[in-house]
Amino acid sequence: MDFNDTPQEAEYRAAVRTWLDENAADYREPAPEGMKLPEFIARSKAWQARKHAGGYTGITWPTMFGGQGLTPMHSIIYGQEESRFHVPQGLYSIGLGMCIPTVFSHGQPEAIQRYVPKALIGEEVWCQLFSEPAAGSDLAGIRTKAVRDTSSGGDEWVIDGQKVWTSFAHASDFGIVVCRTDPSLPKHKGLSMFIVDMKAPGVTVKGIKQMSGGSDFNEVFFDGVRVNDSHRLGAVGDGWKVALTTLMHERLAVGGKPRYAPGYETLIKLAKGVDAPDGTPAIGASDVRQKIAQTYINDQGIKLTQMRALSALSKGQMPGPEQSISKVVIAKTMQDLASFALDLSGGDGFIAGADADPELAKLQGSYIGSAGLRIAGGTDEILRNIIAERVLGLPGDMRPDKDTPFNQTVAV
Amino acid sequence: MNFDFSDEAKELGEQARKLLAERAGTGPARLAMAEGAAAMDAALWKDIAELGWTAARVPEAHGGLGLTVEEVAQLAEAAGGSLAHVPLVSTLLATEALVLAGSEAQQARWLPGIASGEIIAVAAWSEPGAVNPATVKTTASGSTLTGVKQPVADLALAHVAIVAAAGADGPQLYIVDLQGAQTAAVETVDLVRRHGKLTLNATPAEALGTAADYQDWLDRAAIILAYEAIGTAASAMAMSVDYAKTRVAFGQKIGRYQSVKHKCADMYIKLELARAHALHGVAMIGMNGPELRQAAAAARVASLDALAFCAEENVQLHGGIGFTWESDCQFYYRRNRALVAALGPRGWWADRLVRALEQRNRAAA
Repeated sequence: MDFNDTPQEAEYRAAVRTWLDENAADYREPAPEGMKLPEFIARSKAWQARKHAGGYTGITWPTMFGGQGLTPMHSIIYGQEESRFHVPQGLYSIGLGMCIPTVFSHGQPEAIQRYVPKALIGEEVWCQLFSEPAAGSDLAGIRTKAVRDTSSGGDEWVIDGQKVWTSFAHASDFGIVVCRTDPSLPKHKGLSMFIVDMKAPGVTVKGIKQMSGGSDFNEVFFDGVRVNDSHRLGAVGDGWKVALTTLMHERLAVGGKPRYAPGYETLIKLAKGVDAPDGTPAIGASDVRQKIAQTYINDQGIKLTQMRALSALSKGQMPGPEQSISKVVIAKTMQDLASFALDLSGGDGFIAGADADPELAKLQGSYIGSAGLRIAGGTDEILRNIIAERVLGLPGDMRPDKDTPFNQTVAV
Repeated sequence: MNFDFSDEAKELGEQARKLLAERAGTGPARLAMAEGAAAMDAALWKDIAELGWTAARVPEAHGGLGLTVEEVAQLAEAAGGSLAHVPLVSTLLATEALVLAGSEAQQARWLPGIASGEIIAVAAWSEPGAVNPATVKTTASGSTLTGVKQPVADLALAHVAIVAAAGADGPQLYIVDLQGAQTAAVETVDLVRRHGKLTLNATPAEALGTAADYQDWLDRAAIILAYEAIGTAASAMAMSVDYAKTRVAFGQKIGRYQSVKHKCADMYIKLELARAHALHGVAMIGMNGPELRQAAAAARVASLDALAFCAEENVQLHGGIGFTWESDCQFYYRRNRALVAALGPRGWWADRLVRALEQRNRAAA
């Protein structure tokens, strides 16, 4: 065993490094704090355009859609090298990670031609409109409706309803939206997916202020929004199937531990400076050492598990199902570590704002952020269902509404 | 990046799992538990030796196959999963000590017999009152040892024991020829694997390597035993999953209930974490890497966590039937205690992990 690149991988990595050294020099230092959205978008667009010119966008996409036609390993190597710089992150991750692959897999030829190149170069930003107030973990319970309208000689759909938890909706030009097109069918069957213009009349975006104080998500309201049938993704009634292919990309995207999250090293450092209940340094206390060990086992265990997956990719094989444990372990470990460390630091760990110790403030951020991470991109409970059902082969939960026409289970 | 077993090691593991699925498992374990049953399945042991499993790690110069720890890990996992009634893991642990620290003469004396299966070797660190491998009271004086070692797995079968005793520089390993040694059976919670008591009374012994070698051997032993624990835990999980797919309550398969399926998912999560660290340990041995100590300790802790959880929740998931003598749940539940006793408890290994992390932090600073 070894942790080295193959010769081909090493060659690609060297090329990426050279290119980044020449092109990402402006991003060696972190961006200034408190950047406003327009400036963030401008920075993101500039970097995406440069990446595109360098041949580092759509690394795993087929060349016929403007991609590089390379392997997931190439994409991972690029990501590893890019992470040494403070390039703007996030604006395109949903669009290019989930929406556009759905567009080129299920879209109609004119739509692919119109939308894919502009998304790849970063000119247009995309969001994903799936979740609703009554459709979270039970995503197929979507109530936003799309009704076909051919009355004026065209072939259009009229969308009414509400979406929620939509990242970057306020910065997006387009989105992919799942709607109920036939409420007389059971809930997984009457759905269809469309491309929607976020600037179209009838679309209203409202920011959601989170428990953390940040605003990463939005509510999006649709009031008689018209979409041409040429913007449909997949067949009418196939929306659920199409959405599953999109979500498969999400599970790969929302995997690792967030960069800001403290790890076991933080606890070692903290425990040297505070006392255990008996007045001795906390680093010698057995419960503290057990918590340090457990944090290492969980965080490092996930890193090593991901290396097992990379190893399979590097050999051109499909990774096993072991990756499915990542987020469920990472989010709860983050919360447990932050909670334990803040306990240990007593009143100091409770002081926030200008008087807060910077290390403890990070732990507070991690404590609050982890509560969201345990829900985003699949709750702990849904992820355990997925492990039990898809990996271990246990039967699905009882779903009393599964085969009943949707309009007989809820009022639509 | 190549963070996976070699194809050769996987093939050997496949062969081992296949044979042991036929020849071992809970059925033979139940026979082994009966009063008056043999201390091992001698016919199986003979076949195992013929297949070269006991020779795997022995250098070619001493009649072995000269294979790596990857093969040893695969064999330990297969043995653990099948509860095989043979002293395979004991022999693998002792072999690792001889390969790691033995002089040419010591290797020549013991390894050919181990390779052929004629010599059964065991490892003995535990003592009355001892709670971890760092504090052994058995003393060395000149070329003799005095003290009591118990519980020692497979002692009644063994020809030679690798014994931990307090040397001049701290605890270290010694080789004790068991011919004429004072041994007795001890009863333990594990009713399948036999354990014994070795009384050393100025008993002749040869030093095996140094105190530092003992620490290195502990790392390797932790990784081998982690694979045994992983195999055992995986079998307990499989038993739970099978039952959850078939048992019906309140009009449906119990596997449909989240309280049941989430328990199974947690078994899988703990097992995968253990596998990740154990593989890291194997990789560090192969690469002679600097993270061996932390990888080994993490593998030990994570594998004991996985085994305890799978074994305990397997009984719980079966309900009343799982608590009966006739149920197979007890084999995994009891073996969990044997694997803790085999190399010291979770708490000590968690502390050893943190010490390794602190040391690396200091070195990096």
